[in-house]
Amino acid sequence: MTPPSRTIVPIEAVTPETPSTVTLRFPWTAGARPGQFVMVWIPGEDELPMSLSYPEGPLGGVTVKAMGETSRKIQDLRRGDRIGIRGPYGTPFDLTPHRVLIVAGGSGAAVLAPAAEAARREGHSVDVALGAVTAGELLFRERFERMGARVEVATDDGSEGTRGYVTPVADRLLEGNPYDALWTCGPEVMMRRVADRAERAHVPVICSVERQMKCALGLCDACALGPYHVCVDGPLLPWERLKDLEEFGRSYRDPAGRRKAYGPGRP
Amino acid sequence: MADLTVDLAGVPLRNPLLLASGIWGETGASMASAYAAGAGGVVTKSIGTAPRTGYANPTVEPLGPVGFLNAMGLPNPGIEEYPAEIDVARAGGAPVIGSIFAATPREFAALARRMAETGVVALELNLSCPHARGFGSEIGRDPRRVERIVRSVVGAVDLPVLAKITPNTADPAGLARAAERGGAHAISAINTVRALAIDVDLARPILAHGLGGLSGPAIKPVGLACVWQIYEAVQIPIVGIGGIGSAEDALEYLLAGARAVQIGTALSGPGVALFGTIARELSARLDALGIDRWEAAVGRAHRPAPGPSAARSPFPGPSRMAEPRGTP
Ligand SMILES: Cc1cc2nc3c(=O)[nH]c(=O)nc-3n(C[C@H](O)[C@H](O)[C@H](O)COP(=O)(O)O)c2cc1C
Ligand code: FES
Repeated sequence: MTPPSRTIVPIEAVTPETPSTVTLRFPWTAGARPGQFVMVWIPGEDELPMSLSYPEGPLGGVTVKAMGETSRKIQDLRRGDRIGIRGPYGTPFDLTPHRVLIVAGGSGAAVLAPAAEAARREGHSVDVALGAVTAGELLFRERFERMGARVEVATDDGSEGTRGYVTPVADRLLEGNPYDALWTCGPEVMMRRVADRAERAHVPVICSVERQMKCALGLCDACALGPYHVCVDGPLLPWERLKDLEEFGRSYRDPAGRRKAYGPGRP
Repeated sequence: MADLTVDLAGVPLRNPLLLASGIWGETGASMASAYAAGAGGVVTKSIGTAPRTGYANPTVEPLGPVGFLNAMGLPNPGIEEYPAEIDVARAGGAPVIGSIFAATPREFAALARRMAETGVVALELNLSCPHARGFGSEIGRDPRRVERIVRSVVGAVDLPVLAKITPNTADPAGLARAAERGGAHAISAINTVRALAIDVDLARPILAHGLGGLSGPAIKPVGLACVWQIYEAVQIPIVGIGGIGSAEDALEYLLAGARAVQIGTALSGPGVALFGTIARELSARLDALGIDRWEAAVGRAHRPAPGPSAARSPFPGPSRMAEPRGTP
């Protein structure tokens, strides 16, 4: 098997989505399916795994948090700057379910919005529980509404929708509707809570998981999560595979391979 | 069915196929799954005295059918934390070979003592990482330092010690001889071959570290030549490494002089299931060749049968009766 090689592309647009997230668009002919990711090389800085928020092309795109660690590297990028793209990697969403509930926390909407679009194109119904710290941080809210999804919102500060976490919103939707799939991406503590509820409602859950990545080729073990490698077995993993992993929602590995506990997260 | 068991410097292995250092070796769960999938044993990633983050990404560049270029920078959690991973691998039944790297004979010996306490069956000394300042091939290119380091480790522990040597030198066999003089129980060869990739559009090296090491199909002939030369230079067993992805590749190393082999890059794609596949193919191929034991054929290509019989099978056994391969 010959893995996809790297291409150098100019950035066509840098679009702020919320105060803390930005979308980079670039010419993209490799094509990818919703759920997959690419390794984005910012020459001289770093190479980072990023979910494709626009997987199909001819303009691909990634949407990332321009906060903390990566902020300086991303914020300095301008239209015309050249970046390297390696991929696509990882598993795509299975688009057969007819009634999908999407639960997105924070920048988790980046990978879920294109999946929702693809499901809508198939004629499936999509409900979205979208959570963020504050109204301005609700990522891709209009994009979800434009595709005809029903969107319910929660904000930590109550500036819009239900005050508090997105999990009670998801619970309510699960109680009132017969979904045949739940797709979630966000803090692992949140995904654990949501998946646990969905399991009791007999709704199969797919989680989009993040880990350290170096090779993205299933070699270096940086992305190991239990017996899985998130770069090749993921980033989408069904809840049945995750629920018994003691690490999921509780710890991750730093770049040296040390096990680190997640802070007290948002449930 | 041909017998695949191996005695590697006193360590019994169910088959000669080992997981190479630095691949699937960060977590105990990954090493355990390599063993469960059919590996004869596993080598840990190279562990140092203190935790190391390694280099910034890009750390790996895929080079199509050639293989991979990498400069990871020896990331590892350090010897204080890593034993927990070895416990998990051992709980899965895997014979674990602990790989270590250090800068001086004294540091190597101290680290070796710590690693020996974890229940590993042997140690592998990384004297060959081609891209880490002050470690690996930077010290492992000098036969006198290799000998001193090996001697210091062999004096510090009761386990078999494998010296993993670099191909990035004019005389790999000289390094192997130095390790043997130092008391090494086996030689592992090879580590990656120093290499570089440049992006033309950006006019800069692709890997963040610049220089890296090449692994995969392109280095198989290099590894074979090293094993060949080392086999003629030392008495101790050799573990062949470099570009192995099939039973045929493993057999080439066997015939060049390897008693066991390690597999790294080829796992990208098939994953550790490759171990089971190769083990099955190996048995079948040995049967077809009329070799009843893997170990019986170590270094066989150094003594090919003379004259016209060379056109028939060089091995005793059933295949002698079989039609010669190719044109009659
Ligand atoms: C991503 C990667 C990481 C590696 N890390 C180590 C390491 O920590 N220690 C070591 O001795 N060799 C390391 N190696 C070298 C391999 O163990 C092996 O010698 C080399 O890759 C050749 O075998 P292959 O062609 O089967 O991959 C690494 C190789 C790769 C590709
Ligand atoms: S990132 Fe290297 S194995 Fe997944």
